[in-house]
Amino acid sequence: MTEKPSLRRFMGDAANLFKGMNVTFRYLRNPKRVVTREYPENRDTLKFPERFRGQVVMPHDANGDHTCTACTLCEKACPNGSISILTTKNIAGKRVLGAFVYRLSSCTLCNLCIEACPFDAIHMGPGFEMAAYSREPLDLILNKKEGR
Amino acid sequence: MAAGQSQALPPGFSLRETRADGSQEYFLNMGPQHPSTHGVLKLVVRLDGETVVEVVPHLGFIHRAIEKMGENETFVQYIHLTDRMDYLSSHINNLCVCMAIEKAMGIGVPERGEYIRVMVSELQRIQSHLLWWGAFGMDLGAVSAFLYGFKEREKITALFEELCGARLTMNFFRPGGSNADVPENFIARIEDVLEDLKFSLDEFDVLIGKNPIIRERTLGVGALSRERALSYGCSGPVGRASGIEFDVRKHDPYSVYDRFRFDVPVGKSGDCFDRYMVRMREMRESIRILEQAMAGFPEGQYRSKEKPNYKVPAGSYYAHVETARGLYATYMVSDNSFKPYRIKSRSPNLSNLAALNEMSRGGKIADLVAILSTLDLIIPDIDR
Amino acid sequence: MTAMQEYAVNHPVGDLVRRLLPGPWAAVANGAIAVAVIAGLVTVSAIFLIWLERKVCAHFQARLGPTRVGPMGLLQPVADAIKLLMKENLRPRGVDGLAYFLAPLLPITGSFLVLAVMPFDHDLQVVDLEAGVVYVVAVSGLGILGILIGGWGSNNKYSLLGSMRSGAQLFSYELSMVLCMLLIVMASGSASLREIVLAQQGTVADWWIFKLPVAGFLAFALFMISSTAELNRGPLDLSEAESELTGGFHTEYAGISFSMFFLAEFVNMFASAGLGATFFLGGFLAPRFGIGPLDAVLGFVPGVIWFFLKAYVLIFLYMWFRWTFPRLRIDHLLSLEWKFLLPVSMANLLLAATLVTFKLIIP
Repeated sequence: MTEKPSLRRFMGDAANLFKGMNVTFRYLRNPKRVVTREYPENRDTLKFPERFRGQVVMPHDANGDHTCTACTLCEKACPNGSISILTTKNIAGKRVLGAFVYRLSSCTLCNLCIEACPFDAIHMGPGFEMAAYSREPLDLILNKKEGR
Repeated sequence: MAAGQSQALPPGFSLRETRADGSQEYFLNMGPQHPSTHGVLKLVVRLDGETVVEVVPHLGFIHRAIEKMGENETFVQYIHLTDRMDYLSSHINNLCVCMAIEKAMGIGVPERGEYIRVMVSELQRIQSHLLWWGAFGMDLGAVSAFLYGFKEREKITALFEELCGARLTMNFFRPGGSNADVPENFIARIEDVLEDLKFSLDEFDVLIGKNPIIRERTLGVGALSRERALSYGCSGPVGRASGIEFDVRKHDPYSVYDRFRFDVPVGKSGDCFDRYMVRMREMRESIRILEQAMAGFPEGQYRSKEKPNYKVPAGSYYAHVETARGLYATYMVSDNSFKPYRIKSRSPNLSNLAALNEMSRGGKIADLVAILSTLDLIIPDIDR
Repeated sequence: MTAMQEYAVNHPVGDLVRRLLPGPWAAVANGAIAVAVIAGLVTVSAIFLIWLERKVCAHFQARLGPTRVGPMGLLQPVADAIKLLMKENLRPRGVDGLAYFLAPLLPITGSFLVLAVMPFDHDLQVVDLEAGVVYVVAVSGLGILGILIGGWGSNNKYSLLGSMRSGAQLFSYELSMVLCMLLIVMASGSASLREIVLAQQGTVADWWIFKLPVAGFLAFALFMISSTAELNRGPLDLSEAESELTGGFHTEYAGISFSMFFLAEFVNMFASAGLGATFFLGGFLAPRFGIGPLDAVLGFVPGVIWFFLKAYVLIFLYMWFRWTFPRLRIDHLLSLEWKFLLPVSMANLLLAATLVTFKLIIP
């Protein structure tokens, strides 16, 4: 089903080839169209969108307190068991958060735990350089101290 | 000897033929590590010189048992697994699962939520086609096209990053809407992106669509008749290029697609060039839909009612959508629990791949690459 | 003033050697010096070309290209070379050892030999052969041989396909390329590259690309197309065909063997662009426009610089082709040659012959 050869078609083809060359030449000529961002150099100026899903973080206030109540909703919401809530008892005998174990290595960053949390205790943080030589550095404990 | 030889043959193959002049057919393994099989697809090609006699695709290199995993996850948790099937249509895959759950639970979606769904789906379609355009150019040897395609796609990906925080595995839609409202200035940003895109699409047409080398290489190559396309179950741009005028958005409108005016581009001969043109025109149609959706974008709620889990009543539920590659469907059976009893995805790529042998028979190796490229296969979607 | 007086062949270095050493020794010493200089020049030029290719390609594609190693990434090819040299020179199982290790040496030898007759300047040429053009055609065939042997010896179907493709492609494109060269030989009345350049003296309009109406430009276009095919460069890089054959004839090569093929590609490109400049753009001659002061300024620049400038313009054209166009299919490629380029170049040769015979050349 190839087109019939003719002088007119040949001229059209040649013109289209040159037009194509013009497209690439416009890129060469115009350095402003370069889209490369030089990564390690621009690390300090990188901007993350507010909702960027890098890793799960637990915000702490000025006193170093978090709002997690160890309700384990996030643990249940997690599709692949990346979160383990280890509980403990406080002085009053109430069940509180002992350790928020978060396994970054198996996390798919699906955002379901954040949606499940009724206390706004966990957020998605902007980290992205997460490569490690072994799995141990990727097993994180998110809370700085036990719940009260 | 004969027994030993037949054992050495790849499965699914007849014995190679030796002709009267002593020449032989031979086998060539394309993939799983090959630049133009785009992932881990292995093609065992029976060749006569450079002419393709037979192609047998071997699958399963990236099988992750997603459907089986789905049986051990709640309905909402399953949504994020569909990201990992057709990763270039992850929003649309998510939407399909959500629609099945909505059907089962009788959940409605607010107006704004529906508009968000349509806009995001169309952006996803454009984004996917842009990547395909680049990869198509690269497969045919125009390497610059690859970077131009990615450059444009990046703008849409950046939009998604602001919308849901992810660039590839979105997990954004939820039963009853989406997990968040659109960020501020989202509409204005889409407008900017579309403005750039329209300019770029014209450039793309000049660079690839009108290029005589491309025309020579794609016109009449890999033709698939309407009947054969139907019998293979081809859908999406592949089916439409063969003349099957079927688009779920048009013929079984989901979400609010029935409110927008758009055409379904259809090809005639089903060759590589038709598939190319169908996709290019589809991008322009998507822009049309987006413009209409932006004009009528309503205020209000984006999600009807938030629930972490859904206890789906016993029964079977089906929903289908039009992804960038064709008909994607979710069929789930529930036994009145929080987890599906069985969940099945119908992916467009498997059926489209089925037609490969018929399309490429008699062509050259270079044609096989062009056909493979215009099929626009996503291997994780085939293997699941 | 005749051509021989204006462009006398006596380079100061050659003269010095001749004065210091007796006759035959001087010839040997001069040859050795020339080979060393050419080898150095070619290596530096190829390394620069690799950098240039990467930069030009990057900017065609809205990227930056290498920026890290050295200023503007200038040392990137050096780093690449060190990496390639340090890699293991792999010998896959089942290869034909002799063919496999011999093949990478042939293309680079061929391109070195072409450079031996290249007139870089009026007094900067290793040998000025009477039959320079014939010699060029003969030795450039070594490259094809290397690709064929390498593809055969690799014991890999992709390599074999690539080398068979390149055999078909290079032999057929050689035809139209030779016809273009023949046209120039006919027009300038000599097959010596130096004579061809000197035949283009005068203003810019005396370059063969402009001097022969229509035929000159057509021959230039045909030369560019067929030399792109000869160079195995995109859009006619069928023997490599990365997206189909993963690398074609050099699929199995690694380390220094691969780097020989790689280097040969760039040296070849330089040699081919140099030939193009010699044949069509007046080689080392400074462009003159018939305006006294301007011509004086341009004439002040040494010929070797003009030669390199012209060659690099052509090299840029090669790069521009490569990074714009998609690859042809093998049967289209061959029918393009046999059904289009070859008849056109024959007709063009006839046209040029008529022009030359009836003195229809632009004065």
